[in-house]
Amino acid sequence: MSGEVWVVVEALRSDVSEISYTMLAAGRVLATGLKSRLSALLIGHPLEKLAGTLGAADLVLGIEHPTLAEFNPEAYLRAATAAIEAHAPRVVLFGHTAIGTDLASGVAHRLHLPVVTSCRSFRFDGGEPQFSSLTCGGKITATGALPAPSCVVTVMPGGYKADEGRVSQAPPLEILPLPAGLETVRTSFNEFIEPPAGDVDIAKQEILVSVGRGIQNKDNIALVEALAKSLGGVVCGSRPVIDQGWLPITRLVGKSGKQVKPKLYLAVGISGAPEHLEGVSEADTMIAVNTDGKAPIFDVAHFGTTCNALELLPILTEKLRSP
Amino acid sequence: MSVATSYEFLDKVIHATSDGKQIRKCLQCGTCSGICPYGFAMDYPPRSLIAALRADDWHGVLESDTIWLCVSCFACANVCPVKIPLTRGLLSVLKTEMLIGGRIPQELQAALGNSRRYGNAMGESPKKRAEWTKDFTIPVPVLASHKEPVDVLWFVGDYGSYHPRVQQVTRALAKVLYVLDVKFGILGPEENSDGDTQAFTGEWGLFELLARKNIKALSKYRYKDILTADPHAYNALKHEYPLLGLERPVKHHTQYLMEHIDRLRPLLQNRVTMRVTYHDPCYLGRANDNNIYEEPRQLLQAIPGLELVEMPHNRSLSICCGGGGGGMWLDGFAWEKAHVRTTEWRVREAVAAGAQVLAVACSYEAPRFEDAIKSTGNEGKLAVKDIAELLAESIFG
Amino acid sequence: MEIVVVIKFVPDLVEDLTIDPVTHLLDRSFLRLLPNELDEHALEEALLLKEKHGGRVTVLTIDTGDVDETLFTAVAKGADRVIKITGEGFDQGVSNRRLAEIFQHALADVPFDLLLTGTQAVDDLDGFVGALLAERLGLPYVGYVTRVAAADGKLVARKEYPGGLNADITVSLPAVLGIQAAEKPPRYVVTSRVMEAMKKATIDEAKAGEAGEEPGVTVSRMSLPETGEHAEMISGGAAEVAAALVKLLRERGVVTQAR
Repeated sequence: MSGEVWVVVEALRSDVSEISYTMLAAGRVLATGLKSRLSALLIGHPLEKLAGTLGAADLVLGIEHPTLAEFNPEAYLRAATAAIEAHAPRVVLFGHTAIGTDLASGVAHRLHLPVVTSCRSFRFDGGEPQFSSLTCGGKITATGALPAPSCVVTVMPGGYKADEGRVSQAPPLEILPLPAGLETVRTSFNEFIEPPAGDVDIAKQEILVSVGRGIQNKDNIALVEALAKSLGGVVCGSRPVIDQGWLPITRLVGKSGKQVKPKLYLAVGISGAPEHLEGVSEADTMIAVNTDGKAPIFDVAHFGTTCNALELLPILTEKLRSP
Repeated sequence: MSVATSYEFLDKVIHATSDGKQIRKCLQCGTCSGICPYGFAMDYPPRSLIAALRADDWHGVLESDTIWLCVSCFACANVCPVKIPLTRGLLSVLKTEMLIGGRIPQELQAALGNSRRYGNAMGESPKKRAEWTKDFTIPVPVLASHKEPVDVLWFVGDYGSYHPRVQQVTRALAKVLYVLDVKFGILGPEENSDGDTQAFTGEWGLFELLARKNIKALSKYRYKDILTADPHAYNALKHEYPLLGLERPVKHHTQYLMEHIDRLRPLLQNRVTMRVTYHDPCYLGRANDNNIYEEPRQLLQAIPGLELVEMPHNRSLSICCGGGGGGMWLDGFAWEKAHVRTTEWRVREAVAAGAQVLAVACSYEAPRFEDAIKSTGNEGKLAVKDIAELLAESIFG
Repeated sequence: MEIVVVIKFVPDLVEDLTIDPVTHLLDRSFLRLLPNELDEHALEEALLLKEKHGGRVTVLTIDTGDVDETLFTAVAKGADRVIKITGEGFDQGVSNRRLAEIFQHALADVPFDLLLTGTQAVDDLDGFVGALLAERLGLPYVGYVTRVAAADGKLVARKEYPGGLNADITVSLPAVLGIQAAEKPPRYVVTSRVMEAMKKATIDEAKAGEAGEEPGVTVSRMSLPETGEHAEMISGGAAEVAAALVKLLRERGVVTQAR
């Protein structure tokens, strides 16, 4: 039993994902409180380049094999389970992502460990580590103790700044033995399918006007476009708007979309569910327009109004055009 | 359950209403298509629809989605020389077939799903149906906790209960009823959508579900009349609910207030010096020959200082606001297909008639016409007020 | 293809959620439950696969008190068999660990090629039902799936990553997939069809097996967001709010004075 804190690193196309750094920042908080070591479990191929940005960890434990070059659910599950079983860390952090959520439950069941999901932050109470998770569309915060002696956690962004976990330095790398059965896994990675090209990259925009379900119908998107234009910005949106086909997938902000860091984020008709807010953890100014005064977005925005967007937007656009 | 041929479909249409067989007498005169507000944008406006069915082009009909432009305004049924029940029969039965085949615009799907789950098309919490009564100067009894009989059970409706603009109308009416000393009560959270508009989207099953819930609640209490400011609710309560077992006198608020005009008139103290034109709601007027045209006008004319002017399309020729038949929940679809809003026609007509105020008497209308005032650039030139609001203005200042 | 869909019921977020002052947990007394949205997508994907490849769709859920309409609606949409699993205290909420155990037990007599469920649910706190169930059944699991294509006894699942990136993953059957979105939005089924199903179809019932020893997560406290950190609200009519916002945007240097 090592008592260590582990972070299971995520990478896509040889690029370590932002969530890994968030987890390292979170992991360091836990490791300090537990007076133990922070290790990064890195599964992939080749490992050297990937390990180069994991300096926030004390040690990188690597599992390397060509079949692990890109995420392969069952192969990664076997690798992670074998490593965790052998070392029995105190806490294992997975990302609350398409990669982490494929693995966390399987590891937890196989090793008979508790798993806590949607965690945003951790703290200590009398020396005991505590988790804080957001649930029910962001309306409820749930807290409790991280079960001892060992547990698995999925981490959502927002509780820690990714930059705090990003250190360009390669810690010592210890290669772990390959788990058995990698040749007989029942899943395999075929290929990536790229997103449609030729659209703006909202992640590079300074001014974003974001639209959610509250805009009611495609017709009204024109009002939002006009406002964005008058601000010199670009329109983006939350999941329901993209699913309806009112905006292309390249405009999606949130867990499955882009992470944005604009100067201005004007959220129109967006309730503020965690999957969306994940994409805007760091906007300089966030203004929310939503007729529901209790919408979770108002807990995150700097300014807000319950004025009806359909009335407000045309007037605002006009005032910006001719002051 | 779904039909495969034109003949099976026509058979369904004929059996849908007691006068269904009139469809066999269609002269193909085209008056229906001509008067239809969206006829120009439909693949099969009513006349063409009947022609296509006679030519056995059921597949062609099913392929088209423009039936969803039909706002169930009864304009066609009203002018048909052989009195084919086009709106209640042919058009709503076609919508039902479209639903059975899953051919439904997403916008509408949400409204119907919400109606089923929450008892209102907006998807608001049923518990909050009486929120409009909070922080309100007038006490509004909710019948479940009010143990005494009332004069009037006021069926408020979805938009009157939940839509911020229409809540203003609801409160205005409450004040008028209160000052008239009418003992009224509402169902509050026990009330579900009247279901009338859902029925005209083809969802007669959903209508029945909602109606039965309402009938259960409406049967529990003691009252003389059911009052409503919503012509859709009026229409359902008057014509359809009796078929499901509830027979009570139903009155639109304009009818009810005219019955009390002798007590109301002395209270209309303040002058409302405005030129007002009145928009006849489809469901108060020509739908099902409800023909309530004069009471609203009489009420308006009782207000001192008010000058009433008429638009050319008045009474049974009124231009639909586009909210019926699911139109309230299909504005995106209608815009994409037709690139025109009937509300804009109406607003322009009101302005051309020299009106400063467009008076309405239906829960859908105030928000719809106010949007059109903005989109036609008539802000400041024309205002929209429900008759209840104008009366309240005259009473309270 | 034999397809199973497992559905769980979650709190309806349209309603205000309240915390029980004694237990410090979600007050479930007036909670309305509805089927997890992503489970509805899973059902839709299952029906689309059945339409393409033939086979049968079986839907399972636990009886939290008001599940019949959802099951009859599934039948009306095209499900061949619907099963509700009864047990003590289900209306009080069941952990995902226990749920996976219950479903595993109920599936002992239900052979299948593919099991679909939502990749997650709004009230998840202790893992994800699909992934837990897959592990219990010893089957491969892929989550965040938005498309399923079947060919030659194998399946290709399209997995969604951030930023519009997708990956195709081949999975051998039998397998469990966590659905993020069906290829088409969940279909509408007309009320009269649901009523018909209510009269003609039957819901099979099964009893939940005994609870085993499951490593659990104890939530010591639930709370609604603190009103401490809150947006500065701007009130007034549209014109007033617009003027205030323009002033604000100028002060923050987002828009320049002269335009």
